[in-house]
Amino acid sequence: MLYVRLITMRLLKAVVVLFMIIIFNFVLIQLAPGDPAAILAGEAGATDEEFLRQLRERFGLDQPLYVQLWRYVSGVAMLDFGFSYRQQMPVLDLILARLPATLLLTGTAFVLSLFLGIVAGSLAAARVKKPSGSIIMALALLFYATPLFWVALMSVVLFSVYLDLLPAYGMYTVGAGHTGLALVLDVGKHLILPATTLALFFMAIYTRMTRASMLDASQQDFVKTARAKGLKNSVIQRRHILRNALLPIITLAGLQAGQMVGGAILTETVFAWPGIGRLMFEALQQRDYNLLLGIFFFSAALVILFNIITDLVYGLADPRIKEGS
Amino acid sequence: MSFFARFAQNRGALIGLIILLTIIAMAILAPLLFPESPWRMVQRPFLPPMEVDGFPLGTDTMGRNVAAGLMHGAWVSLLIGLVSTTVALAIGVPLGAIAGYYGGLIDDALMRFTEFFQTIPNFALAIVLVAIMQPSITSIVLAIAIVSWPPVARLVRAEFLSLRNREYVEAARLVGQSNTTIILRQILPNTLSPIIVLASLMVATAILLESALSFLGLGDPNVMSWGYMIGAARTVIRQAWWLSFFPGVAILLTVLALNLVGEGLDDALNPKLARERS
Amino acid sequence: MTDSQATPLLSLRNVSIALPKGADRALAVEDVSYDVFRGEILCVVGESGSGKSMAANAVMGLLPKGVYTSGGEAIFDGQDLLQLSEKQHRTLRGLRIGMIFQEPMTALNPLMRVGAQIAEVFEAHGQFNGRERQQKALALLTEVGIPDPDKAIRAYPFQLSGGQRQRVMIAMALALEPELLIADEPTTALDVTTQAQILELIRDLQQRRGMAVMFITHDFGVVAEIANRVCVMRYGQIVELGEAEAVLKHPSHDYTRALIEAIPSDVIPEARGAETDTPLLEVVGLNKVFRSKGGLFKPAREVHALQDVSFSLVKGETIGIVGESGSGKSTLGRCVVRLERPDSGTLSLSGTDFMHLQGEALRRERHRVQMIFQDPYASLNPRHRVGYAIAQGPIANGTSKGQAMAKAKELLALVGLDGTDDRYPHEFSGGQRQRIGIARALAMQPELIVADEAVSALDVSIQAQILELLEELKQKLSLSLLFITHDLRVAAQICDHIVVMQHGRIVEQGPAREVFLAPREAYTRELLDAIPGREHELADA
Repeated sequence: MLYVRLITMRLLKAVVVLFMIIIFNFVLIQLAPGDPAAILAGEAGATDEEFLRQLRERFGLDQPLYVQLWRYVSGVAMLDFGFSYRQQMPVLDLILARLPATLLLTGTAFVLSLFLGIVAGSLAAARVKKPSGSIIMALALLFYATPLFWVALMSVVLFSVYLDLLPAYGMYTVGAGHTGLALVLDVGKHLILPATTLALFFMAIYTRMTRASMLDASQQDFVKTARAKGLKNSVIQRRHILRNALLPIITLAGLQAGQMVGGAILTETVFAWPGIGRLMFEALQQRDYNLLLGIFFFSAALVILFNIITDLVYGLADPRIKEGS
Repeated sequence: MSFFARFAQNRGALIGLIILLTIIAMAILAPLLFPESPWRMVQRPFLPPMEVDGFPLGTDTMGRNVAAGLMHGAWVSLLIGLVSTTVALAIGVPLGAIAGYYGGLIDDALMRFTEFFQTIPNFALAIVLVAIMQPSITSIVLAIAIVSWPPVARLVRAEFLSLRNREYVEAARLVGQSNTTIILRQILPNTLSPIIVLASLMVATAILLESALSFLGLGDPNVMSWGYMIGAARTVIRQAWWLSFFPGVAILLTVLALNLVGEGLDDALNPKLARERS
Repeated sequence: MTDSQATPLLSLRNVSIALPKGADRALAVEDVSYDVFRGEILCVVGESGSGKSMAANAVMGLLPKGVYTSGGEAIFDGQDLLQLSEKQHRTLRGLRIGMIFQEPMTALNPLMRVGAQIAEVFEAHGQFNGRERQQKALALLTEVGIPDPDKAIRAYPFQLSGGQRQRVMIAMALALEPELLIADEPTTALDVTTQAQILELIRDLQQRRGMAVMFITHDFGVVAEIANRVCVMRYGQIVELGEAEAVLKHPSHDYTRALIEAIPSDVIPEARGAETDTPLLEVVGLNKVFRSKGGLFKPAREVHALQDVSFSLVKGETIGIVGESGSGKSTLGRCVVRLERPDSGTLSLSGTDFMHLQGEALRRERHRVQMIFQDPYASLNPRHRVGYAIAQGPIANGTSKGQAMAKAKELLALVGLDGTDDRYPHEFSGGQRQRIGIARALAMQPELIVADEAVSALDVSIQAQILELLEELKQKLSLSLLFITHDLRVAAQICDHIVVMQHGRIVEQGPAREVFLAPREAYTRELLDAIPGREHELADA
């Protein structure tokens, strides 16, 4: 059926995109000025001859280009992302250890921003040309224009330093040894600031999008039909306008997933959240390019995952796909 | 109604324009008001705002004048925003035009290529590009352009797709105009208004991207930028909040102003098209 | 037929409706009074901009934003509808007054099943439980004659045809047996044969249920088919109001007379002879298949747009290509001007093979066949002055700019738009733009002009003027014309020869008079019978 076909196509496409990213990484290393081995080793490893020799061997840097490409691609395909010299651990292990924290943060922020954004956007659409609607839109514009990392810093100043309400750093209280529910609560408390600051920007986007989409849908002919039936305005808003307005929002949400992973890099950096974003910042500071490229690959994979999920949801929401012959 | 009259009807757009002009004036006046390099240490470090004359915004961790940094930073932000947007347009407009006009296999190939760039997380890609090319104004501009052209290509392609079968375009084909003439004279002029609106929003996004890169330490080490100022003050946020506060406000105002102007342009440019169709 | 002594069901008294500031006039409807009686069909007729549907929208409480009633009353069952609150109005809508709209393709919610959308009407007025609502919906779908109602009730709108969707709309509007049905151009977007069926359905249901129908249309043919009484509107005012028979036969107002005369009414064309016998355009066994690639959202499909199409056109002759939507008539036109490339067959113009030309060679020969397009609003580039729009072609073919511009001025004068060459398209009306489109085609001095639904988007009175202009140009310049249209009345007026198409094939072709008077094929007869108002006019003739 169409829906199954859609999913299969999406998965195939995901594989192709991931493959292209591997090649992209390879090209990037080749294009960079200087010795690729030295670049991969980064500043720190540049002095260590043994490490450079290992890298040259792994990538076959003395071999022709296509052999190098083949080694690189097959390495990544076997999930071998190499070794981080600075952290003295395989890149894959480093990333996998940090992945759950990032999933928790971006997942929470995603759900939060989508939910609040749709609610705020629907309210603004229903109150178009009224002061309350304008205020919602002004706030959305403000959040949209505010640099994420700056909101993060300012919220640390306000909520941790001055009000002392919420923890500013990390994912849990170090040394407290919480378990079970206490641990969940502790993590939850640490999650509030990073998740909210990350969600704000995206909430602003979804609010603007929902409003525009609802206003668009309310111009459609079927809304007039619904009114001609004698339906209540609230029913028309919910059943006819919002349902149709949600389709483009789902598409947009998928597209924004990539931005969210990028935003997580900044949020995790400010809040010392132990995810792959923070890891990326560390790799950046240590000029650990091998690790950097590994994280880059994984963040792209994460985005593709988000995209597939939104496609599945879209397919379920639109009968033209679900029941199309 | 003239274009400017329609633009001025939107009060937000006017406010945005005024803020923007102020920031442009700041950028121009920076070398006159603060002829010294913003990197020079001129007072004791951690001087709070409004304490010493000539240092309205205080000094930073190294005793550098925050006000001077802010004004010189305006120039960097605007420059990078404008140049990277221009480069992104130079990539996106021709790609989108060709894909939309010719369709078929060319379109398929170009759109797969564009989708690929849209799937990669923007910011992560920009980080990797700048890190590997080494931070400099050029690498930052290139990285921002590389991550921001796909929406341009998609917009232009969509416009071309809907216009290429418009009857006046078909009429132009029937009288024997060449493809190049049709693209440049018949279709492109009719896609300009959405491109202008998008471009104004892209400048805003580019400024945000640049500040985020500088914040992470990927700024050009030779120029003072707002993102760098916030990043450098991050670790001392508990002692000196103002070091991060003012540059952040500057970014916020610039991006806000550009968005307001973009919305105003949208209002001013689009009713005309709507009227022509009705 | 109607008892004028009885109390009217709906009575409009001096109703005025104001347009928002900046519109082309202050009032959409000015001081309008008319009654609708039980058991009658009242047609409100007018061209675009006459304000014909505004009063109906006011009655429903569905006026567009910014438009409001500024005076008068609409008495329905003792209460003034114009004074009702939104809540009071809501209890009437769907229950006592039903409404159907012009665009069946967009008037249904694409994300809801048909059954659920009908059941909503009962829900809105708190009637029946869930099971009963579905049963009622099924009964309604059966009543409006939807094939396979058991399946249709579970279908989404995209799975139904235009005619079926309009039947669903009618089922919805009639669900609670309203006393008044308002039908706002319900057949305008449909093919003639479907239109005839829907008109019959509405008349049938109206008689069976004895309800009142307020039928809004621009088409006097439709009026002749179903109206008991007619209300003719122009610029927001009533021009004429009376019994349908009387108004159609003896219109008392000049405007009504002009409208009725503007309908190409003599469905029997005169016999005309071609000037020469040399074939200009020869089409033999033409085929064209559209293949849509299997995208993510739809499987691969093949549509045979043209199958084995053959005909020829003699110099100075006008051939009408007639058919409903999907018949392939437009594809045929686009193949002849080579906006599309046929898959196989022969297409030759004065002996030159026009089918295999490509690239630069095609570009050089293009001037020989030109086209007049359907949509006057899309056929001119909004950014080019009309003089330049006409001169572009000759310039692209090597004429000097000065000469081409001078020629453009002459042509504008020829089509009746003297001295307008430095204006932009938005300064012209639809009919004027169509004249500019004709001038643009003439500028290339083509051997053949293809007119693709060239008058379909225009009001009847404008339509008549454009047809007159074409007729005049034909005489003056001995043009050869391929006239593509869905409207047989128009074809009858201008064509020497008729080609009838269905599903990509030619069903019948022959001299226009023969095809109209003695159609050989069943489909042609069906098309002719479906022309609204035909019987009426034949009786007149």
